[in-house]
Amino acid sequence: MTTGADLHTLTGAYAAHALPDPEREAFEEHLARCASCAQEVAEFATTLARLGAAETVTPAPELKARVMSGIGSVRQVPPPARAAVARPGRAGGVRRHWPKLALAASVAVAATLGGVAVHQHDEARQARARADRLVEQQAALGSLFTAPDVRTTSATAGTGKATVVWSESRGRAGLLAAGMPALPPDRTYELWFDDAGTMRPAGLLPAGTGAVLLDGPIAGAAGVGVTVEPAGGSPHPTGAPVMLLPFV
Amino acid sequence: MPLPMPGRRGPDLGDLVARTARGDQDAFSALYDAVAGPVLGLVRRVLRDAAQSEEVAQEVLLEVWRTAARYQPERGEVMTWVLTMAHRRAVDRVRAAQAAADRDRRAAARSHTPAFDEVAEQVENRLERELVRRCLRALTELQREAVTLAYYRGLSYREVADLLAAPLGTVKTRMRDGLIRLRDCLGVAS
Repeated sequence: MTTGADLHTLTGAYAAHALPDPEREAFEEHLARCASCAQEVAEFATTLARLGAAETVTPAPELKARVMSGIGSVRQVPPPARAAVARPGRAGGVRRHWPKLALAASVAVAATLGGVAVHQHDEARQARARADRLVEQQAALGSLFTAPDVRTTSATAGTGKATVVWSESRGRAGLLAAGMPALPPDRTYELWFDDAGTMRPAGLLPAGTGAVLLDGPIAGAAGVGVTVEPAGGSPHPTGAPVMLLPFV
Repeated sequence: MPLPMPGRRGPDLGDLVARTARGDQDAFSALYDAVAGPVLGLVRRVLRDAAQSEEVAQEVLLEVWRTAARYQPERGEVMTWVLTMAHRRAVDRVRAAQAAADRDRRAAARSHTPAFDEVAEQVENRLERELVRRCLRALTELQREAVTLAYYRGLSYREVADLLAAPLGTVKTRMRDGLIRLRDCLGVAS
């Protein structure tokens, strides 16, 4: 069994799909924690793609005809962030579901953070590692993540993506955002609870990236809105929301 | 037809993938034109069998359509994404067919000359092909064999080790060392 230090030497075999499944899985766990390995794997994948592209042939026109007619019956998958958060836990046994939900939330975060390039199928493992770090860094949000009835929803706005995490039993909500368009220094993103159309201030997100616990209880709010306000925030929204995340 | 290498001539593949993800069939058609040749070429290189290769290439291209929304630009070029999928599928096919024909295949592989001499004839971009050949030649023999047997034949590193009568650890490190040299020779930026 390959262990410890020499796992790193498997980057080449991994990128070339030369690892049998058990070793591949072990390496992927390592990969999720090893940024330099992930970087190397991404470079090797690019390198090998060059070798592959050097094999280019001219396909018969029939292949294109078959593929183009084939797509008519192939359903496309939605983007990962939305796909991952679309399924809140079922009633009963929700406790068992929370790691999956935390993972779902973190997939949304991982998708927004971008970062180290790895193979597509490493996404879940890498996201799990990011989830671990996220929970460490965000103690307040951590308790929310571990609530038995934690739920998530996501939205995008331009380059920005945000995920709201909430728990009815804790009565609190958090917001994870990344890549929101930069604002001039005299402006800030402000978060709001949507109380049946009345916006209740819930804190600021000056940088457009990060994770914050929303101020105040959910208290029956229908969702979370994000607006752009003068630095320091406003008691009431002064413009249309750039993002709305309903608690559904 | 331009060879759609990353960052070279041709359409912006990232844009085509983004439009494909929204169900744009014209964008997918253009994306197909850019990637189908490399996909089929790579799959055929691994599988050899023409009919089986077309079948796998078709699966891969439909997978590109199906999962376009999963493509994340920050994780690598479109061509890398597509060819990684293509290679994975081709290797899966090799492994699935392997149990029955294991001995025969190893014997056949053993009788082969190093794979870098076999680069396909129909390559569109002669310069790129020449560069790949030159870079492969710059490897040590063991590095080159480790990389090409795994990548072009779909062998696991254990099979490569058996074939080359080399220790497992040596094959692992040669595979990595070979890829590092290839990466640098081909100018793959980090």
